[in-house]
Amino acid sequence: MSDDQTTDPQMDAEAPMEADQTAGSESLVADLAGSIGIEHQLSSGQDVFIVPKERWREVAAATKDAGFEMLVDETVVDYLGVKDVRFELVAGLVSLQHNLRVRLRAPLPEDDMTVESLVPVYPGANFYEREAYDMFGVTFEDHPDLTRILMPDEWQGHPLRKDYAVGSVPVQFKSSPEAS
Amino acid sequence: MKRELHEVWITGTEEPEWVKRSTDEGAQKMRPEEKGGRLTEQTGTAVDDDFIIEEEIPEDELMIVNMGPQHPSTHGVLRLQLELEGEIIRRSKPIIGYLHTGMEKTGEELSFLQGTTNVTRMDYMSPLFNELAYSLTVEQLLGVEIPPRAQAIRVLMTELNRIGSHQVFLATTGMDIGALSMMLYGFRDREAILAFFEKTTGLRMNHNYIRPGGVAADLPDGWRSDIDGIIEKALAGMDQYEALLKHNPIWEERTVGVGVITAAEAIAYGITGPNLRATGVDWDLRKAQPYSGFEQYEFEVPVGRNGDVYDRYRVRVEEILQSLHIVRQVADSMPKGDYRTDDRKVTPPPRARIDQSMEALIHHFKIFTEGFKVPAGEAYVAIESPRGELGAYLVSDGGAKPLRMHIRAPSLANLQGLPIAMSDSLIADTVATVASFDPVIGDVDR
Repeated sequence: MSDDQTTDPQMDAEAPMEADQTAGSESLVADLAGSIGIEHQLSSGQDVFIVPKERWREVAAATKDAGFEMLVDETVVDYLGVKDVRFELVAGLVSLQHNLRVRLRAPLPEDDMTVESLVPVYPGANFYEREAYDMFGVTFEDHPDLTRILMPDEWQGHPLRKDYAVGSVPVQFKSSPEAS
Repeated sequence: MKRELHEVWITGTEEPEWVKRSTDEGAQKMRPEEKGGRLTEQTGTAVDDDFIIEEEIPEDELMIVNMGPQHPSTHGVLRLQLELEGEIIRRSKPIIGYLHTGMEKTGEELSFLQGTTNVTRMDYMSPLFNELAYSLTVEQLLGVEIPPRAQAIRVLMTELNRIGSHQVFLATTGMDIGALSMMLYGFRDREAILAFFEKTTGLRMNHNYIRPGGVAADLPDGWRSDIDGIIEKALAGMDQYEALLKHNPIWEERTVGVGVITAAEAIAYGITGPNLRATGVDWDLRKAQPYSGFEQYEFEVPVGRNGDVYDRYRVRVEEILQSLHIVRQVADSMPKGDYRTDDRKVTPPPRARIDQSMEALIHHFKIFTEGFKVPAGEAYVAIESPRGELGAYLVSDGGAKPLRMHIRAPSLANLQGLPIAMSDSLIADTVATVASFDPVIGDVDR
């Protein structure tokens, strides 16, 4: 009797875990969020982790260890006038072995736009972080080459910010008679 | 000290179990000099420069050469900074931004309905894929169901577009490596597809055909015989490509073992599409995460083995055949019904209703002036474009225009693998390697 009681819970504990791993189901993502200790949401039916900015790289590394080998996207959204915290860092991760996707989102206050770079974890973050720096002015710590990627090096401002107006830069034609 | 190019392999390294190797006989023969055993890992780690400097190279023996942005073989305005030691490239750096036109900013100024006119101009070799990714994301936010015929038309058109894109890849790669006839063959055969696109959408490129809610118009009269003609022509062309390139010793010399990238490196750098599959990773979003009803169609995912230029070329050739197979299945099973959703929120009223009903006229006017409102939220939907994972990330604040429109461009990620593939290779192989990655600069810079 006592033997049964001790073996049964073990069996129960092991069986669902194996089932989860083989099925690669939703619960893998939820369990992962639980084990890292971050908030798990569904946004338009897609898995999203809400990550504190201080834990950005740590959570990405833990997610990578859980089988999300590939970083497919990293970008920034400017929620000026929509949300209290102005910016939000977004990274898309894909697990090829589990065939799952998860999105990391980290609110980024306007007065402290420095965050740890993901390049040490995912080398492919390089160009995306340069683009985020170029377009939004986010600074990534430990990034190997944090320079402008799309705009010219001497460019002023960050074009994809909401307070950067469209078409506000007049085109200068050097040869035009008015310019001289 | 200077390694031979075909000696970049070590044997016996274990590969992850999800890396599937092709069972195709042709693929097995891809590397003529390979003598059994699994040659998977390039020497060195996945991300570090694997060039081991045994002697100090004096500064004056290294030379920096800028290639592009106005170079005919960089497929647009890509600039490469090459650090050379004699004839050998030690390091390289792609410099981009010469075609940056701020399309993501423009996307925030256009309504969700107008958005497809903007995104279609990004990857100009496969415009329909951009429209599809954007439309699927808008539909995900809206929660709209797409009728089966619209889905089938989307699959038909994008697969034709994939064939055309790969034909241009073969044409330009052939030209870059020196097979000038390939240039003519590729563009000649793509013409049939473009003619069909013109007949269906009105334009040869930048179609704005796939829109949120369905497609812009039904297939034209006689589409079935057009498709049969395209398939026949493409297959006839394929015979010529194969005869010209497949076992051509010059082609093999220029491509086999050149520009190698391993599965681990490709995954680390986020490289997707044929470039990833050429390294042996069986990952195709049409199979793994099907969209637009791809699960109904039978097709194989061609997988390479060595991740060199030859494998990348082979994978694309095989993909043309698979896409033709899908096109034939879609054409045979084309469902009847509407080509766009009957959700009146997204779809304007039929033309005949406008003549009879004032409300229908107002509704039509409002859709095309104000656009439709999309519930607040954010979504990311990815599809398999000819260059890899093409994703659209849209954020809506509840209005008719997106708060943020971001396109995950496959070419941008693929370009990051270029320095890895080119390190320690010859200058002459640069052109072959760049061409084999198939970058579209409109997609890179957006």
